[in-house]
This record gives sequence, C-alpha cells and structure tokens, in this order.
Amino acid sequence: MNNNKTIQETEEEIIDSFSLFDTWEEKYEYIIDLGKKLEPLDDKYKIADNIIKGCQSTVWLVSEFENGRIFFKADSDAVIVKGLVSMLVEVLSGHTPDEILNAKLDFIREIGMMNHLAQTRSNGLLAMVKQMKNYALAYKGIKEAEKI
Amino acid sequence: METIATIPDFDVRAIRKYFPILNRELNDKRLVYFDNAATSQKPQVVIDALTNYYSHYNANIHRGIHTLAEEATAAYESTRVAVRRFINAALPEEIIFTRGATEGLNLVAYTYGRQNINAGDEIIISGMEHHSNIVPWQILCEEKKAVLKVIPIRENGELDLDAYKSLLSSKTKLVSVVHASNSLGTINPVKEIIDAAHRVGAVVMIDGAQSTVHLDIDVQDMDCDFFAFSGHKVYGPTGVGVLYGKKELLESMPPFMGGGEMIKEVTFEKTTYANLPYKFEAGTPNIADTVALKSALDFIEDVGKESIRNHEIELLQYATEQMKTIPGLKIIGNAKEKVSVVSFVIKNIHPQDLGVLLDNQGIAVRTGHHCTQPVMDYFKIPGTVRASFAMYNTKEEIDRLVAGLYKAIKMLS
Repeated sequence: MNNNKTIQETEEEIIDSFSLFDTWEEKYEYIIDLGKKLEPLDDKYKIADNIIKGCQSTVWLVSEFENGRIFFKADSDAVIVKGLVSMLVEVLSGHTPDEILNAKLDFIREIGMMNHLAQTRSNGLLAMVKQMKNYALAYKGIKEAEKI
Repeated sequence: METIATIPDFDVRAIRKYFPILNRELNDKRLVYFDNAATSQKPQVVIDALTNYYSHYNANIHRGIHTLAEEATAAYESTRVAVRRFINAALPEEIIFTRGATEGLNLVAYTYGRQNINAGDEIIISGMEHHSNIVPWQILCEEKKAVLKVIPIRENGELDLDAYKSLLSSKTKLVSVVHASNSLGTINPVKEIIDAAHRVGAVVMIDGAQSTVHLDIDVQDMDCDFFAFSGHKVYGPTGVGVLYGKKELLESMPPFMGGGEMIKEVTFEKTTYANLPYKFEAGTPNIADTVALKSALDFIEDVGKESIRNHEIELLQYATEQMKTIPGLKIIGNAKEKVSVVSFVIKNIHPQDLGVLLDNQGIAVRTGHHCTQPVMDYFKIPGTVRASFAMYNTKEEIDRLVAGLYKAIKMLS
C-alpha cells in the first residue's frame, strides 16, 4: 500500500468526511465502523513488545521500513480507539520519517476528537502517536547512519 | 440559604438543590453523575466554607497569637472534634489529618509497620484491595523480608472467610482490609475479620475510603486499630483525609515526617516530638480543606445517615433490577451486603467504548480496572463499567443510564 497522497491531503479527506455529520452519533458510528473494518492484526504481532499500554484499553502497533517509507499496522481491543487508530494509520502510513515527524495531525482537533488524546482517557492513543513519531525518529537515524 | 435541618423528610429533589454542579449540562443534556465512588460532588455549604475561610480568617494555625490565627485554629480543631464524633473515636487526638486514605495507609505502613514488622512476619490483605492498600504493604514486606498473604475472593464478590481464618497464625502481625470494595461494592464483615485477627495478636487496619460515606462508622464498636478515609469521597474537599488510630498505638509509633508542628523541642543533638495528634502532622496542614470537611460531615448528619443509606439501597436495588434486563450484561460483584456500586460488563463490548458513548449522553461513569487489577484478573476481564450512587442520585437518572446503555449497545453492534 504505497501512499500517494500527502499527509495533509489524507487529513483533509477525513475532515471532509466528518463535515457531513451533524450529530455525535453519526461521528461515532463512523469511527466504530472504521474500527470494525480495520483488518485485525495477526496474533503473532500481539506480543508485549508491540503493546502500547493505556490504563484501560490496549493498542498494538507494528512498523516496517521499506524504501525510505514507514508502514504501520495497528489494532486495539476497544473499537472506538481502534477506529481512531485506523485513521492515524491511514494518515501516517507510507510516508517518510521526516514527513511523519513534521505531521501536526490537526485533523484530530478538527473532527472534534481531541478529547481522546487527553491524558485522562488513558487509552494508549496519545502514547501511540508518540510511538509512531519515535519510530520515525529511529528509522531516520538508521537512514542517516547508512549514508555514512 | 436555608439550613438543611429545615428539610423534613428525605427529599432527593430538595437535596439536589444543595449541589450546584448537578445543574451542569453536557451535550445539551443534564449531567448524570454516577462516578461517586471516585469522588463525590460538593454541597454549597462546603464550597462556601472554603470561600469563607479564605475571605475572612485565613491564617497559619496553632502558634499565632492574633485573632485570625485563633479563629483558624479553632475551626481546624473543630473539624477534628467533628470527625471524632462522626466515626465515634474515643478521643480527638486519635484523629490525624492526612491528604487522604492513601496517605493514612502509607503512614501506618511506614511507621507502625517499620517498627513492628520483622523478617518472616506475615501481613494479610484481601484480594479486593485498592492498589493503595496493596503497594505500601508490598514495599514494607520487601524491605523487611516479611510475607504478604491474600484472602481469596469468591465468585459472588465476597471474601472467603474460612480461607482467611486458615491464613491467620502467630506469624500474622497485621491485617489490612477494605471495608467496602470500590470495584465490587462488597461490604466486608470487618467486625468478624478484626475479632479473628485480634485473637492471634495481630493489629488491624481498615480502609474506609468507600464505606465512610455510606455506612455508620463506629471505630470503637468495630474495634479496629487503624481506620483511614478521604474527605473528597464524603462530600468534602480533595486533599484532606483522616487516619484514626488507637491512642496507645499512635503514641508508640515513630513520626512519619519531620518538620514544624510535630516537635516539642529541637536542638542539633536531639529533637523531642509533640504529643498526639501533632506528632503526625508535620508542616502547615491543609487548613482550608480541613475546615470545610466539617461542613461536609455536618451536612451528612443533617440529612441523616440512615435516610441516605435507605435511599442508596433503593437506588442499588432498582439499578440492579433494571440492568439485569439488558442482554449480555453481567454484574460483577453480587455480594449480599453492598454499598451503592454496580460494576458490570457487557458481552463482546469493551468497557471503554461504553464509557465514551455514555459520556456523549451526559452520563459520567467510570470504566477500567478501578485501581484493583487483581480483582479484574480474578474475574478474567480487562475492566468494568462502574456506576456508583450518592444521596443526590435518582431513579430517573438510572433510567437514563439504562437507556444510554441500550443506545451504546446498538451503536456498537
């Protein structure tokens, strides 16, 4: 899955989709649907090393580095978090470390889901964003080391 | 404002008027606050007591000779007297102000525990303890090479008392058990637990964080050696709590923290400590919140603990019946004696998803492990949804919860 769109373009698409919704129910039904549609992570990836443990729900995150781009796969045991995870993967997967590091992810605020990144939610989502950026930083380091 | 004493019978609608936060709307819906086991809301009298203290007589207590210091000291000490009466301690100096129940438990572990627990000794806790009644004892046991034993839970959420009695021996030096479970609602038979521990010469600490707001507390009748609770769970402010200890035990214990307030005389060679309760109250205490705690206790007594308990039992029974109609819903914790806490799971739905969708309907519940991970491990669940009721909750609010759950289930399936 090569990502031809920029991060910005994918974010705008998501914002556009959400602008069609008038009620919180519609927004959440959409997110729940995304969560259900996200391909479940193979059990072999659901290991301790890939867990981003929140206080309440668990997120698993796997990354691969190919041709200078990072590909993410993720899953969660809670479906709303899984829907949000699905959007983050859609936005960031297939981009270069620099693009990922520079992503502001404003769409989360724009679609009114910022509260899910708040620390009190303890759902691993904030930690997941951090971890995605950490991977980008690590792969960037590897890439630069290879140049030397 | 009218005094609560003018309300003739228990009238939940009248009671709600004392709690300004209950007027809040979330998502254009009137707030339903069912997270009372985490913290209760505050009546206006408590909010006023805080404002009044800072507006009129804020001063550091005990040593000032000016009027404000005298007034602040008198108000602070009158809370101690009120707490003594509220839990029926024998003496006001048996009441130590802390930051909350957690500090009370730690105080006992770090002072009594360090002084009296030795290698090979045993400490007994239960399988339904909050992490704050597990971790301090684990730290102590590690330091002293003592052994931590756990009373098992049974499927209905009660403690296995036969197993408890078989754990007791001459090695048992301390038993620390929760009075009412925050995640299951179970009321433990503390008198029986205490009596059995005393027979083998162990001292007993009771974690009253959940029970104090719901039940009549009589520490002398219970005969516990230590009892801890938090102000913010009894309609009082955050940041103040109480540790009760029997006088002879408190006197024999070393201080917890050093500093001002807790000394009699300080020289570089030797410091002598103040008498009880000040030996355990180092530094400037949380004066404002302690003062306002009295207003909370007075409020409870004005409404009447028995009336509150009856109302809460009614809510608990109603909620339990209504919830049982929801397909796939399983109540976790079905003890015969419960405080007004309903913890539940719904088949194939993560508790957090339910929490998020209820929040969007203006209903505040708690989801997760409730700081009792071993309880969740026992029931093999990641967590529960917990609705906990207070004096100001109503059956109509429970109806909204049930309707909210049906809606959430529909959205999730």
